[in-house]
Amino acid sequence: MTPLLAVHGLARTFTSRDGSKTPALRETDLGVAENDFVTILGPSGCGKSTLLRIVAGLDAPTSGEVLLDGRRIEGPGADRGMVFQSYTLFPWLTVLDNICFGLRERGAPRVEQLAVANGFVAKVGLVGFEHHYPKQLSGGMQQRTAIARALANNPRILLMDEPFGALDHQTRELMQELLLGIWEAEKKTVLFVTHDIDEAVFMGSRVVVMSARPGRIKLDRAVPIAHPRPYSVKTTPQFSEIKAELTEQVRVEVRAAQVESPAGR
Amino acid sequence: MKPLTAVTPGTRLALGIAFFVVFVVGWSIATFGGFVSKTFLADPVSMLRSGWTLLASQGFGWDIGWTVWRVFGGFAIAALLALPLGVAMGAYKPVEAFFEPFVSFARYLPASAFIPLLILWAGIGEAQKLALIFIGSFFQLVLMIAVIVGNTRRDLVEAAYTLGVGDRGLIRRVLLPGAAPEIAEALRMVLGWAWTYVIVAELIGASTGIGHMITDSQALLATDQIIFGIIVIGVIGLISDVLFAWLNRRLYPWAQLGR
Repeated sequence: MTPLLAVHGLARTFTSRDGSKTPALRETDLGVAENDFVTILGPSGCGKSTLLRIVAGLDAPTSGEVLLDGRRIEGPGADRGMVFQSYTLFPWLTVLDNICFGLRERGAPRVEQLAVANGFVAKVGLVGFEHHYPKQLSGGMQQRTAIARALANNPRILLMDEPFGALDHQTRELMQELLLGIWEAEKKTVLFVTHDIDEAVFMGSRVVVMSARPGRIKLDRAVPIAHPRPYSVKTTPQFSEIKAELTEQVRVEVRAAQVESPAGR
Repeated sequence: MKPLTAVTPGTRLALGIAFFVVFVVGWSIATFGGFVSKTFLADPVSMLRSGWTLLASQGFGWDIGWTVWRVFGGFAIAALLALPLGVAMGAYKPVEAFFEPFVSFARYLPASAFIPLLILWAGIGEAQKLALIFIGSFFQLVLMIAVIVGNTRRDLVEAAYTLGVGDRGLIRRVLLPGAAPEIAEALRMVLGWAWTYVIVAELIGASTGIGHMITDSQALLATDQIIFGIIVIGVIGLISDVLFAWLNRRLYPWAQLGR
């Protein structure tokens, strides 16, 4: 079976103004099957966000290619929804209009836009906040709106770049459950970047570990924990075992990254 | 008082009015107390009295109308042309590279120095006044709008692209609505400057307008009339500024949040 998303020999080298080259991503291959939830785990600066941004079409690779449904990706598009770490809701639109943004661009009738948007407002638990502006919402609520905005567009794949990275620990755990619940119900395909090992194991059907910069995939491991996963799976021996294994793998990379840049960047 | 601590709206208004009172009291002491000669500075009461005469029997209301029309006419033309150019410069870097150096240069050309040329080209009619206000506001507006649009948050642009907008949709649905409140603020500021230019235009070669009345009064050494004219400009400027600010708040409620 050909995967929904196929990454072939993708590499990215950044060239600075003085001409010096920094390799961010070494030749990488990755396949994501339909309905899969793949988490990409790695130390900061390992190129995992670069990989995701290239898949989104927001950055161009130095070599290699990305195929979605067998078609080569040349730029950003509505078929790849994205949730960013920073809060990217449009501040001049209400929660509801933010969620309608993609549908409106596509020219969907207003009635249909509202029906879809209201459905997602309910799914992410924002009923009663439809007419609030982003600045009136907490960080967690803004990210829930961002998830709803991406999903309302019905993308083939949902790309998430540390979407809960700026949230406090408790909110983050609730958001993980919320997103996992939506994924279990909607059977979306998700590619999720994080540096949080707990999050990677809890959310992912597969965890891909990346090496220190320049990044490459050093481990691709299935997470054989059955769905639905309640938050209590985080305390099971199976969960702890996988987490311990990945902790070891990531630790090696973090140390490698520190040796390379002693200042800690 | 603690730094950056807010005051209640009531206190704010009272303090604002209080300084006007202090100002008028100081002026009264200087003039009624005989510290300044009447030839150089009229007292508040004779200023008001001659102001009334101007309005009631010398058709000064007509002059005010002319001046207001010139300010808004010249400013409207400048704004209508500056908006598309400024937005195009902010959105498209080659357009910016083409126009920006010249506009930056033109911005420093003193508008008032164009008066002799404008009189030569356009006579002393309305076209000359409108042209001066246009020169004074257009280049400033273009640069301000270009900078505002160019400063659009890149992460919002990227988010919009992943939601499927094209380049035109990006300008219409992200760059413009995001920049609108700041553009409105820039318009409000430049409108204030337009008031300066209209008076300069009217001081030289005009047969109507507040500036014309002021030059006439100078010949008569009527400092009371001059001061009345200046205060009328200040009051109209203040009213238009407050109305503009109120309109901006009404149009862009989201921009007021979290300030």
